[in-house]
Amino acid sequence: MKKVLTLGLAAVMAVTLLAGCGGNNKEAGASGGGSPSASAGQPSDAGGKKRLAIIFKNTGNPYGEKQMEGFKKAVEENGDEAILKAPDQPTAEAQIQMIEELISQKVDAIAIAANDPDALQPALQKAMNAGIKVISLDSAVNAQSRITHVNQADPERIGRTLIQGVSEMIGGEGEIAILSATSQATNQNTWIEWMKKELEDPKYANIKLVKVAYGDDLRDKSVSETEALLKSYPNLKAIIAPTTVGIAAAGKVLTDKGLKDKVKLTGLGLPSEMAEYIESGVCPWMYLWNPIDVGYLAGYTAEALVKGEITGAVGEKFTAGTLGEKEIVADGDGTQVMLGDPFKFDSGNIAEWKEVY
Amino acid sequence: MKQKMFADAALAVGTGQGAATKTTISAKFAKFRELGLLAVIVLICIGVQIRNPSFLTWENINDIAANTAILSILSVGMMLVIITRGIDLSIGATLALSGMIAALTVKAHPGLHPLAALLLGFAVGLACGIVIGFLVAKVGILPIIATLGMMNVFRGLTYEASGGKWVSAHQMPDSFKQIATGSLLGINNLIVIAVVIYAVAYYFVSHTRTGRQVYAVGSNPESAEISGIKTKRILWLVYTIMGGLTGLAGVLWVSKFASAQGDTASGYELSVIAACVLGGVSIAGGSGKISGIILGAVLLGILNNALPMINVSPFWQNWIQGMIILAAVVFNALVKRGIDRNNLMRRKI
Repeated sequence: MKKVLTLGLAAVMAVTLLAGCGGNNKEAGASGGGSPSASAGQPSDAGGKKRLAIIFKNTGNPYGEKQMEGFKKAVEENGDEAILKAPDQPTAEAQIQMIEELISQKVDAIAIAANDPDALQPALQKAMNAGIKVISLDSAVNAQSRITHVNQADPERIGRTLIQGVSEMIGGEGEIAILSATSQATNQNTWIEWMKKELEDPKYANIKLVKVAYGDDLRDKSVSETEALLKSYPNLKAIIAPTTVGIAAAGKVLTDKGLKDKVKLTGLGLPSEMAEYIESGVCPWMYLWNPIDVGYLAGYTAEALVKGEITGAVGEKFTAGTLGEKEIVADGDGTQVMLGDPFKFDSGNIAEWKEVY
Repeated sequence: MKQKMFADAALAVGTGQGAATKTTISAKFAKFRELGLLAVIVLICIGVQIRNPSFLTWENINDIAANTAILSILSVGMMLVIITRGIDLSIGATLALSGMIAALTVKAHPGLHPLAALLLGFAVGLACGIVIGFLVAKVGILPIIATLGMMNVFRGLTYEASGGKWVSAHQMPDSFKQIATGSLLGINNLIVIAVVIYAVAYYFVSHTRTGRQVYAVGSNPESAEISGIKTKRILWLVYTIMGGLTGLAGVLWVSKFASAQGDTASGYELSVIAACVLGGVSIAGGSGKISGIILGAVLLGILNNALPMINVSPFWQNWIQGMIILAAVVFNALVKRGIDRNNLMRRKI
């Protein structure tokens, strides 16, 4: 009797699991253009429509949703079908599971914003061996796990642009500080390196970088770090915060302390988060790439690979829809496509962008 | 560092079993312990002041108090929960959920009175607390399991409610943001709210029957049950109080930082537990004082404020914070051991 019960329960569980998977796929298929084929787990070459998938880091990230939106737009402009996926938690394990699912669905391309540069290698190589074109966007995977990478912005251009911007704000003279994310954050550290290189230029001789503080992308810690900067360096003229949470936290502190005219703020931030501070003048302007464009470029890169226009080698060129012609350049031992200069958000355009993301 | 806190907590459980009933000796020890904590705080303040003269300024002290207010409000609830031998890991998620719902509401109805937003957040937190209390007290699930599960449920609900989007400063009316920036008689609202909560909590745990019953349930659940205390009701009550305070803290958090995100205060429960443990609340249950958790929260607040100001590398910041917490917990364990030994000695006579 017990055995029967156990078997029955196990069967129910298995069915639930299967139903769960099916539900997921259907959802992804629906958001990718409403085709029911995605749930079947079978190739659907009948219509001749290619299927290109994007996996973002996790759900519930407005930035990621804009990226997926751009990707979908690019793929649909090419008359193909986009599959949009993102795990609940930002872990490599969850992404590996999704890659496996996509391999068994025999999609034509996978674009991934990776949660880990190395952990996805076996899964992505398996995908490439199965003939799937794999690219990474936003957060790269290592060169062995991808054909090419779509880089949201050139680290050198970001670092240099931020210093040029801050120099303009403070009239080329005074103390500045950087409020970063964690001390281990690869992106931020690369940008800070480029900022320091730009500062070596003699025209910035009167600008002094007094401290790099780390707010760990936590609201409370970023606030404490900003307050400490203001107290430790009473002559501080500007703060550069190349991170979304940090720049908004710094904007809040400067607003609350009424330091609008004394300390300037710039960096990289989300327009919706920063709208308040850009409109009030606490942050005269800031930068960020346009996530829709990142996804859009990834969509066109994947399309070009699927169509065989490019192979991912250095020097190849392709046309990326409204973004114009893009060239593949070297990136360490791999290759990448650069989106270009960061986009500037100021009081003139923030009203329009704060509604977007 | 956070893992370390957990390890410390486990350590305290191991050594603190069978903690003392109220005797004059233990009372003396307990008093001494708080003086020790105070001494640590004073020492840190002097040390930091020497390195950075802008530390002990009115503005900075005000900043520390305002930044610590939310942590200290949560510590009150956590203390009650820990006294009953429980733990609540869901408060970071509850805080995010109530903050998010309050933020979404003021976004949709900018004319809403800020007090109504506070009440709404409080109600959401209360509801979360009631659910957890039900699971722990009535269904009998271990607190750590129940709250771990509900943590994910509440976090998921937060994402679901917001659709994954953030509520940003420009979407909140000024009246809402002024909850945290405004002041009463020159003192920041956050500090005022925290002080009021502390006064009420002090009266509750020291001078009401229910308050004393919380300690009874924590120090010996079986005897409490036999002596006629409705232990299940007490358990339900403490998780409900925890939820209500967390809901309130959620609104204050969102108002203070003028931003509500899905991952707000993720992992914050560990800081709150750390503040309690630092303040001498025994993880084994049955003991904990309001004055202790004030000092515990203040110590954490001072560390958070001071470490960025003394210009040490971020790697050392974590190390220093961890070591101070570790030292305080080891100290706690040693004192407990002393009390236990004294009790045994007395029994011999």
